[in-house]
Amino acid sequence: MSTDGKFGDYGGQYVPEALMPAIEELTEAYEQYVLENKDGFMDEFRERLADFGGRPTPLQRADRLSERYDLDIYLKREDLLHGGAHKLNNALGQVLLAKYMGKERIIAETGAGQHGTATAMAAAHLDMPCTIYMGERDINRQRPNVFRMKLNGSEVKPVTTGRGTLKEAISETMRDWATTVETTHYVIGSVVGPHPFPVMVRDFQSVISEEAREQTIEKTGSLPDSVIACAGGGSNTMGSFAKFVDDESVSLYAVEAGGSSLRVDEDAGVAPNSASLSTGNEGVLHGARTKLLQDTAGQIMESHSVSSGLDYAGVGPELAYLVDTDRVTPVTVDDDAALEGFHRLSQTEGIIPALETAHAFGYLEEHHEELSGTVVVNVSGRGDKDLETVIEETDARDVPNAPDMSMFSGGGM
Amino acid sequence: MAGQRRSAVDRSANSDLAAAFEDGSAYIPYLAVGDPSYERSKAYVEALARGGADIIELGLPFSEPIAEGPTIQNAIVRALEGGMSPELFFQFVEELDVDVPLVCMTYYNLIYQYGRTAGDGPGPEAFVEKAASAGISGFVVPDLPAEEADPLRAACDEHGLDLIFIVAPTTEGDRLERMMQRVSGYVYVQARLGTTGARSDVSDQTTASLDRLADYDLPKAVGFGISGGKQAERIVANGADGIIVGSALVDIVADGVENDEPTEAVADRLETLSRELKAGAQRGYEARQANVDAK
Ligand SMILES: Cc1ncc(COP(=O)(O)O)c(C=O)c1O
Repeated sequence: MSTDGKFGDYGGQYVPEALMPAIEELTEAYEQYVLENKDGFMDEFRERLADFGGRPTPLQRADRLSERYDLDIYLKREDLLHGGAHKLNNALGQVLLAKYMGKERIIAETGAGQHGTATAMAAAHLDMPCTIYMGERDINRQRPNVFRMKLNGSEVKPVTTGRGTLKEAISETMRDWATTVETTHYVIGSVVGPHPFPVMVRDFQSVISEEAREQTIEKTGSLPDSVIACAGGGSNTMGSFAKFVDDESVSLYAVEAGGSSLRVDEDAGVAPNSASLSTGNEGVLHGARTKLLQDTAGQIMESHSVSSGLDYAGVGPELAYLVDTDRVTPVTVDDDAALEGFHRLSQTEGIIPALETAHAFGYLEEHHEELSGTVVVNVSGRGDKDLETVIEETDARDVPNAPDMSMFSGGGM
Repeated sequence: MAGQRRSAVDRSANSDLAAAFEDGSAYIPYLAVGDPSYERSKAYVEALARGGADIIELGLPFSEPIAEGPTIQNAIVRALEGGMSPELFFQFVEELDVDVPLVCMTYYNLIYQYGRTAGDGPGPEAFVEKAASAGISGFVVPDLPAEEADPLRAACDEHGLDLIFIVAPTTEGDRLERMMQRVSGYVYVQARLGTTGARSDVSDQTTASLDRLADYDLPKAVGFGISGGKQAERIVANGADGIIVGSALVDIVADGVENDEPTEAVADRLETLSRELKAGAQRGYEARQANVDAK
């Protein structure tokens, strides 16, 4: 895989000049510590992922879903990683790297709050001061996560520009970094941004597919036929796919948020979905050339998804490249189907998934007939953070498989 | 001054920008085009020219301006809400009645996408061609470092336009050299780390950057945080060939919106501040000359 930061025409380093020396310094640190294990960095990272994070996470056969779809379905349980999502793999890796680089302070953006909480946990664990930027709208959607970050000693700064979601939070974190670059490391939350972030985050997350590949072989005697993961920026996606990319027999499905519709409203500048792989086109955002939701002039659209972790107008450049080269199949699942997926996994397997993850199960329901044999689904996170949203959203629409919601409507609990 | 003078690649034929530095103290104001409306914005830009602008940087608003502080972010929001677009921007430039070279400041995605709109597929060529015919002399693109700039540089050379790079306090060594291989028109010296926004002091980082650039014979204009005549004077006295002022002017436009002031009143204040900044820069140049003469 590429180490020059380009995936075909995608990737690159489109950042303000003030950040370029930091990006070069980070590239060098990535090559030495991550790729060459200098000073035993990767050994310490693996050890902390095990002791602090709880790795390896299990690969569990989903008996009832397997029966329902007449497939052999296995769940990669990243929801059981410390913090309740795959995000810690990356956050712990980057905060540790910042320490090896001699940085004194951590900043990060967060959408759903999962990356923010993972970074806050890693920063507390490794004793680094930490500031998290979060869109105001997301703060309101994800209050428990905001509190978790504060409990771990991080400062949470609300971002009020634009619609107040992930896109604005990334821009604001880049602005902080442009001011504090000499002492501060920016822990980006997905496989997005300028090189080396997309490859570095992929490498930290690829422990998911490294384990899943071995575990599948161990349990079934062969490789899976398909791997399915949801895709926002694409970090759990690339983490789930990375070690399977060279296994040509394994189909890879990236499930994007179809939101309420795949159409775009040019005049309002709104795309009521977050399906940049499926519907976007090539452009430059947040440091990389990739697929974007943009209007014809190139202004970035406001995206939408019921799950704030998928609500982003861009996507990792490597994933965009793997889609263009037909290695990864992008698919979409709308808000309704994701909510149904949420309730279905809760009921049939006793696992309450994150709304992001629920999209992968929405896909399984709608397209299981196109799949065969062994299917690995990445359970990128657990759903505790989403319960308030799910009460509201389930109440607001007709979700056929939801439990009786009458006790929640009106005056609350 | 030590060392031989190093010249950047000779692109002197490209445009009229270097000529704007002839008096040694160029005043280069910035406004976001379309803030708060097309017509008002035109009156404001014309006021900058009356106030003594030697070059005007016209901001084409992009939805994700990652290098801007809150003042210019808000200006961009107002301009976008007022309907500003690349097409209207070019119309604006064509209609503008000023006798001052114009530089387009924008983010790379708008330049890159214009080719798609023009039917060529994405790439900078169509945007540069259109800008050249509308009367733009050069570009500043804050999210395009030298490493990614070759396609835009080539298009600029083809159409005789300049490409200005921002030298940050952190730019040195090989990076500085790489940039100086590609820059033309003038060098934009970023006065301090961080984003745009008005401040009142002069940063040590500015002086250090001017020292690093002393051996290069392209004009150096300092920007990021300049807000008044005294500050302009000190910066030019310290060796800058010009000053770039954005947020302090945008603040006047924002006040005008907030207080519902008539266009004329806002334009007058822009012209007055412009005169103060230009006069400050000129005093700084005279002080520097006096210093040189005394040695
Ligand atoms: C549980 C979970 N899954 C998936 C995502 C989407 O991010 P990515 O596409 O980078 O994996 C998020 C983002 O916050 C998340 O919290």
